Formats: sequence, C-alpha cells, structure tokens
Amino acid sequence: MELFTDYTLRNIALGTAILGIVSGALGCFALLRRQSLLGDAISHAALPGVVVAFMLFSENGIGTRLFGRLFPALVIDSKGPIVLMVGALIAGWLSTIIILAIVQNTRIKEDGAIGLGMSVFFGVGLMLLTFVQNNGYKNQAGLDTFLFGQAAALVQKDVIVMGVIGTIAIIGMLVFWKEFKLVSFDRDFAASIGFPTRTLDIVLTTLLVIAIVIGLEAVGVVLMSAMVVAPAAAARQWTDKLSVMVVTAALFGAISGVGGAIITTNVDLPTGPVIVLLITLIAVLSLLFAPQRGLVWDWGRQQRNRRRLQRNLVLESLYVLALKHDDARGHPVETLRMMAMGQRGIQHTLDYLRDEGLAFDENGLWRLTEAGSLAADALLTETESTQAALAGVLQ
Amino acid sequence: MNSDLQIMLLASVVAAACVLPGVFLVLRRTAMLSDAISHTALLGIVLAFLVVINFVPGFERPLDSPLLVIGAALIGLLTVTLVELLSNTGRLNQDAAIGLTFPALFSLAVIMISSLPALENVHLDTDVVLEGNLGFGVGTRSLWIMLAILVINFLFLLIFYKQLKLTTFDPGLAASLGISPVLVHYGLMSLVSVTAVGAFNVVGAILVVALIIAPAVTAYLLTDRLIWMIILSVLIGVVCSIAGYWLSIPLDTSTSGTIVAVLGAAFGLVFLFAPQQGIVSQSARRRNQKWEFAQTALVIHLQNHEHEPVYTDEANVEHCQEHMQWTHDFTERVVHLAQRENLLKRRGDVLFLTDSGRIRANEAIESV
Repeated sequence: MELFTDYTLRNIALGTAILGIVSGALGCFALLRRQSLLGDAISHAALPGVVVAFMLFSENGIGTRLFGRLFPALVIDSKGPIVLMVGALIAGWLSTIIILAIVQNTRIKEDGAIGLGMSVFFGVGLMLLTFVQNNGYKNQAGLDTFLFGQAAALVQKDVIVMGVIGTIAIIGMLVFWKEFKLVSFDRDFAASIGFPTRTLDIVLTTLLVIAIVIGLEAVGVVLMSAMVVAPAAAARQWTDKLSVMVVTAALFGAISGVGGAIITTNVDLPTGPVIVLLITLIAVLSLLFAPQRGLVWDWGRQQRNRRRLQRNLVLESLYVLALKHDDARGHPVETLRMMAMGQRGIQHTLDYLRDEGLAFDENGLWRLTEAGSLAADALLTETESTQAALAGVLQ
Repeated sequence: MNSDLQIMLLASVVAAACVLPGVFLVLRRTAMLSDAISHTALLGIVLAFLVVINFVPGFERPLDSPLLVIGAALIGLLTVTLVELLSNTGRLNQDAAIGLTFPALFSLAVIMISSLPALENVHLDTDVVLEGNLGFGVGTRSLWIMLAILVINFLFLLIFYKQLKLTTFDPGLAASLGISPVLVHYGLMSLVSVTAVGAFNVVGAILVVALIIAPAVTAYLLTDRLIWMIILSVLIGVVCSIAGYWLSIPLDTSTSGTIVAVLGAAFGLVFLFAPQQGIVSQSARRRNQKWEFAQTALVIHLQNHEHEPVYTDEANVEHCQEHMQWTHDFTERVVHLAQRENLLKRRGDVLFLTDSGRIRANEAIESV
C-alpha cells in the first residue's frame, strides 16, 4: 500500500497520527474539566515563545553565541524544531499559569481570563514577529508554518521528535492516572483526602501544553484547538468510562489525522483543515448516532412515546364517548381532535387503531371494536390504580 | 486628512466599537464567543465575497463593501446559533461546543481560499487574518463603516440598556418581567458579529478578540458599577490603542500586535495594583486580617476575665502569650498595634481594656 511505501506520506501520516493520539487522549481531561478552550489559548499563546526562541537561536542570536559551539544542533538553520518547540512549550505553559492565576485571584471568570491570555500572548507574539521580520533576521522560514501548519513539510526528524515528546506526555498521563481522574471528576474530594490539587492542575495542563505544541507545526494554531476538543467530544458520546473514552478519543484523533494525510496527498488541499473537518464529522456523527447518548435515538424515543400516548388518548376518548352516549353510533374525527386538545396526527392514530383491530369506521364515524373496549377499559383501570397509588404516597 | 491622525481616529473608533458589546460578553461569561465569531468571520467574508463578485456587477473594491460586512455577520450569527444548538442538546458544555464549531468553519474557509480559483487574486491572505492592515493606512471607507458600527452599538446600548443589564445580572427576573433573555442574547451577538467582521478587516482577528475582552476585564477589576465599567473600558481601549500605535512606529512592529501588547500591559498593572481587586491590595488585606484577628482574640480574652479577682494574672502579657500560643515577638506586636488603635492600655506587664476595646470584643462575640 501507498501508505507504507511513500516516504513523504508515511511521515505526514505518522506525524498527524501522533498528534491525534496525544491531543485526543489529553483533550479528554480538558473536556471533563470544562477547560476545552484552554487548548485554544495555549496554541495561540505559543507564538511569542516560538519567536523568542527563534531570535535567541538564529544565526546571530544570543543563545547561538552562548551555546552554539557546545550544542550546534540548537542553532536554527532551515528550521530547528526542538528549539522552537521548547519556546512554544514555555510560552504556552506560562499563559496557562497566568490564566489560572487570574481565575484564582480575581472575580474574572474562566472565559474572560482565557480570552485575555490568548489574545495578549498572541498579540505580543505578533509584535515580536514583525520586529524579527523588519530587523533583518535571516532564515525566518518555519515561523509561518507554525501559524497555519504545514503537514506536508514534516520530515523524519520532526516525526521522531513528535513521537518522543508525545510518548513522554502519554506516560505522564498514565503515571498520574488515578490522581488526574479524581481531580477531574471530584476536585473537592481529592483535596479533602490530601491530594495536592493545585500541583496536579499544573502537571495536567503542562501535559496538555505538550500535546498541543506537538501538533502546532503540522496543523497550526486554530486547528490545533479543534484537535483538543473534537476527539474528546466525540468519544464522550460513546462511553461513560474514562479509560474507554481516552482510548476512543486517541483512536478518533489518529483516524482523522491519517485520513487527512491520505486525502490531501491525493487531492490538492491543505492538510490541517481537512483533518479538522474529518474530526468534526466524526464528532457530529457521534453526537447523532452514538448508542445511548445519540440524539437520533433520543428523537426516535420521543416520537414513539408521543405516538403511544396519543394512541392511548384516542382509545380512551372513544371509550368515554361510547359510555356517555350509550349508543351504537360512531363519532367523527373532529370530535376526537377536540378531545385531544388540538394535537396533530389524530387521523393517523385512528388508522393505526384500525390496523390493530381496536377501532373501525362507518362513513367516517369511528367506534371501538369489542377488543378496543376491553383495551380501553384496561388502560383506564391502570390509570386509576396508578392515581390511587400516587394519592397514597402523597398522603 | 493627516494620515497619523486618521489611523489614530480609526483605531479609537474600532476600540470603542469593540468595547461596548465586550463589557456585556465578559459579564455574561460568554467572552469566548467573540473568539469564535472573529474566526468564523473569515468564512463569512469568503462566502459574501463569492456572492458579491458573482451577483453584484461592477464592484471594484469588494473587500470593504458594506454588503460583505452584513453577509459575514450572518455567519457570525450562524456560529452562535450552532453553539447554542450543540450546548442545548445537553451532550456538550458550552466551551466544548464553541471549540467544536469555530475551527470547523474556519477550516472550511481556509480550504475554500486555497482551492477556489475565484479567490486567487484576492488580498485575503493570512496577513489579514493575523493583523489586518491598520498599519498600512486604510481607506476612509473603513473609517465610515466602523463609525457606523460604533453608532449602532452605542444606540443599541442606549435603547436597550435596562434590558441588557437585567438579563446580564438576573436572567430569571428579566424573564419574569417579560424581557426575553434569548432575544437580548441574539441581539447582542448580532452586534458582536457586525463589529467583529467590520473590525476584522482593519485590525485582524486577534486584535478584535483582545479589544472586546481586554478593556472590559481590566475595567471589571476597577469598579463595581456597570456604567463606570463601560466608561472605563472605552477609555482604556482608546488610550491603549493610541499608545500602541505610537509605540509601534519607533519599534517598527505590527500596529495591531503592539496595541494588544499595550492592552496586556495595562491589564497587568491593574491586576497587580487595583485598589480593591488587585493582587497587592488583596495580600495586604489578608496580612491585615491576621493582625486584626489577633487583636480581637486578645481583647475578648481580656474581657472574659475582666471581673475576676485574678485579672492581673490573666492580663499579664506573658500569660496572654502562653494562652494564645503566640511567639514573644508576635505578642509584642499585637499589643503594640492594639495600643495604637486604642483598644487597650499597658501598665507594666498588665493590659487593661479601654472602652473601644470592650466595644470591639462585644461586636466580635455578637457577630458570631
């Protein structure tokens, strides 16, 4: 298969799969802690870190002069993924610390703090970026990539870096699994039995920062926030168990990553946005069709309930009419409509009752059959005994 | 018109226009909707642009056409509606609904830009998304559009002030008085959409978010009154925009980015030094609380034993120190502070309550 032979495609697919797995898994905790948008903040906030790292380690940067001879690998030639990633990591991390500090120390709520942190960090990054561009730094390729992503440019070295850092993040998640689970579901309880909740918050967000930074180069800033939210949101619909959710989210992330890579090597489209549309599609399908929580099943259940209730209502109405009038004459559909207080679909329900053998019509006048009378009687007795039981409980 | 003046005027108008709805977004905890709207504005602009070049003949500069603003604003409303729909299903929190919606619409826009031949020659590239073109001098047309948006926002605020205020602070009461929170919500979101789209072209997506959120949260730390929060936010937004513009010239940096950086610095200052809500005054208050509590504990102790024959033993400084389990230095300082506040008098090593000390003790006991 093409996927295993084509060098470029293999790199892209592997890279996007890694970012899908890591951000999908860690996104679950963000989703459960109602911090989905923190991912958005982190990915925007990474920009100044990237630019500063670039300035320090470009050809004439201070970092290069200090460390260049010792660690020549740090110097940014065409692009230095590790140095830029570390810069992004520090800035993303700093932004979450500041956002958490604002939420904890002021009356500003999470949404305001996130919006503020995100836009200010990005603005500062933009300012530094233009400073770099206008002041003759060389080799600024790779900066634009960081903003909008360029999966096609992934080379084997990048994929290895992504794999190593991603593995560290996943191992971190597994090591603190029990702790993270507890602070995500019941923070107060975790604090009361002596868990260092603040430290755990910071460790968890650090892992999230790592997950995001891995993906920035491949899919870019805006689209990376989708990779934190969407796989987790999709997986949430399939299960109530955290472990299953994390695995499912990772799987969804990987599928959309590889799928996007395969599609865009065949059709000339940008990879990042295609991946995002794929994962969004998965999320929407999960919302609609997942067993138990799927919206479509909900609608189906509602429809069935409504139909059953109306059937019983019409049946009872016909029965009451027969009792009150004590005649063998039938009743027109309009009467039944009035008794149903203007509900729609009465004609349909009557037809249904006829198919069941419970009612029949003569010249548009409806009556119950023998079986229909019995069924209605049973229904009314049931209702009465329920009401009696209810009254007993209330007393 | 002088071009410096024109840019400053435009920046101020944009700032004021963004800030007005921003105050309510922040108070309603829906600030991140502005982020979603400003991103999906790109899709709106792309779609509206396609409509304009195909169906409106003879358009020379379609990128700042009012039609474009309106068309794109509709996409903003669509975004908000999708977010509401998703979070109303009860399957997702609002923040997850936002995080799911806008990247998808943004991706759609990016794909369209990169693949539709009709959009090839448009100046609709990443630079506009990032920083707008404020720094490069903008046409008077943008100024007029933003001015119109500012007037609309201001009038909306003026006319529906009561409704906005009520639905923001007490939606239940508002609903019972016959004001529909939903209607006000969508009204406000229409404003945000129109403003974001209009400003998007001038200052870029991120500055829109910054201008909507940053001045409002800064002012939120400075006052408890809505009307002052609005006035302060507008002031902060306008002053920071002008300062940012002037700073960007010698630094030779992006105007939008520099304005955002100044907004961030202003927030940082307020975050640290705001009179009531600032970190410094909060920690000072916390420190004072410690001393105040110690003084109160001391006067209560003294009052408890005031009518006992062994009072001079109980009121001995060393005994108090032992009784309260304080250190020597701490006790000396508490006694010193209490004397300064005229809660007690010290004769030798024995402490005597003053009248105000008794009042303080009684108040403290009653409040429990």
